Amino acid sequence: MMRPSGQAPATSLPIGSDADLAWVRQQVRQYAAQLGFGLVQQTKLVTAASELARNTLVHGGGGQAEITALDDGRSRGLRMRFTDQGPGIRDLELAMTDGYTTGGGLGLGLSGAKRLVHEFHVDTEPGRGTTVTAVAWVTQVPSSRPGAG
Amino acid sequence: MPEQDVAESAPQVVSAFLEQRREQIAQRWADAPLFRWVFTVSRDEAVEACKLVVDALSEVAVSGRLEDVATAGFAPVRDQLGRMAQTRARAGSTPAQIAGEVAGLRGPVIELLRAEFTDPDTPHAQECVLALTLLMGTLRLVVMETALDANADLIERQRQQLLEVATPVIKLWEGTVAVPLIGTLDSARSQIVMESLLEAIVDQRARYAILDITGVPTVDSLVAQHLMKTVAAARLMGAECIVSGIRPAIAQTIVQLGIDLGSVLTRASLADALAYALSRQGIEVSRADAGASAR
Repeated sequence: MMRPSGQAPATSLPIGSDADLAWVRQQVRQYAAQLGFGLVQQTKLVTAASELARNTLVHGGGGQAEITALDDGRSRGLRMRFTDQGPGIRDLELAMTDGYTTGGGLGLGLSGAKRLVHEFHVDTEPGRGTTVTAVAWVTQVPSSRPGAG
Repeated sequence: MPEQDVAESAPQVVSAFLEQRREQIAQRWADAPLFRWVFTVSRDEAVEACKLVVDALSEVAVSGRLEDVATAGFAPVRDQLGRMAQTRARAGSTPAQIAGEVAGLRGPVIELLRAEFTDPDTPHAQECVLALTLLMGTLRLVVMETALDANADLIERQRQQLLEVATPVIKLWEGTVAVPLIGTLDSARSQIVMESLLEAIVDQRARYAILDITGVPTVDSLVAQHLMKTVAAARLMGAECIVSGIRPAIAQTIVQLGIDLGSVLTRASLADALAYALSRQGIEVSRADAGASAR
């Protein structure tokens, strides 16, 4: 398989304001469309990116988004990595619980984003910042509830 | 005469020169493109504007901060310079052209300064010319800076206008209003949507309010939260709120994200939402040719 033409394999974007969030969403949408994601998957990816980027902004005090096109030989994918140097997450299990929020939102950012992608990983330590990595593949049938519960 | 007073520093000489030759410099600058094309009504106006700039330059020179763009001496003319640059920009000049026009002011004033000296090639005279050249370069930067500030202001104003323009509330029927939402629904915009919708509900005595999200590309948990808050507020005002225009991809995403819109009345399209609102008000829409038999 070939890399999508006219698109760099990886892009790093700053997250520092609401306008940056819009830019991250647009970039993710563009990557997803060029990699051949369907409309539903595109929407899911963009929504997941929106949730995670907002977490980076609101809880991490801003940071970086890194979008990478993947190709494992069988299918194409998209990796989104959100990094901040914020306070980190003290209780990850609690933070991943539906409805738990410290920011006045619905408490669906992390847990919801996890359900929208295929692979999801949070790397965090109190005081050391947080890195969230989310990966979705094009061809794979979206498992409706990875890690149900 | 400047050259006799060698002890005086170059900036001091330049300042004194600008003060003494204020009238001549202003007369020459008034014919330069920058002033002539901005002050088209009367030449006297251009001369007066030139004098203000000369005064400011003299002030800056006496302070000795020839290369300081932020120095207080420029403050009195900042507004005027900004307006001039804007006028030129509106007339189609590029920033480079405007900078060139400001640079064009340098020639006449340098010429006048050189004429002050019996021998303009002495080191002191050259030092003074250099000082004036630096000063004119700083003036150019000040003009460009004020022009850029004006642009930033313009962008901010347009952003504000966009916030208001993008959220019209439409009266669809007696007692039914709709807001077609378009684009990114961030906190600032959803606040305005909520306000204008609530106002419209009062003004139109609306019983039904439709929020159409066909034009919203992404519905994440924050957007959903804004929608739910708007719906709840409308309900408090006595209006029933219907969210329409939820596309299939967005519906699937909302479900997987875990957002519970169960408390919100939704319809697939704006037409469905309107049909619902009408039927709830006992209004029946039928084809004219079908007569009374249509149901």
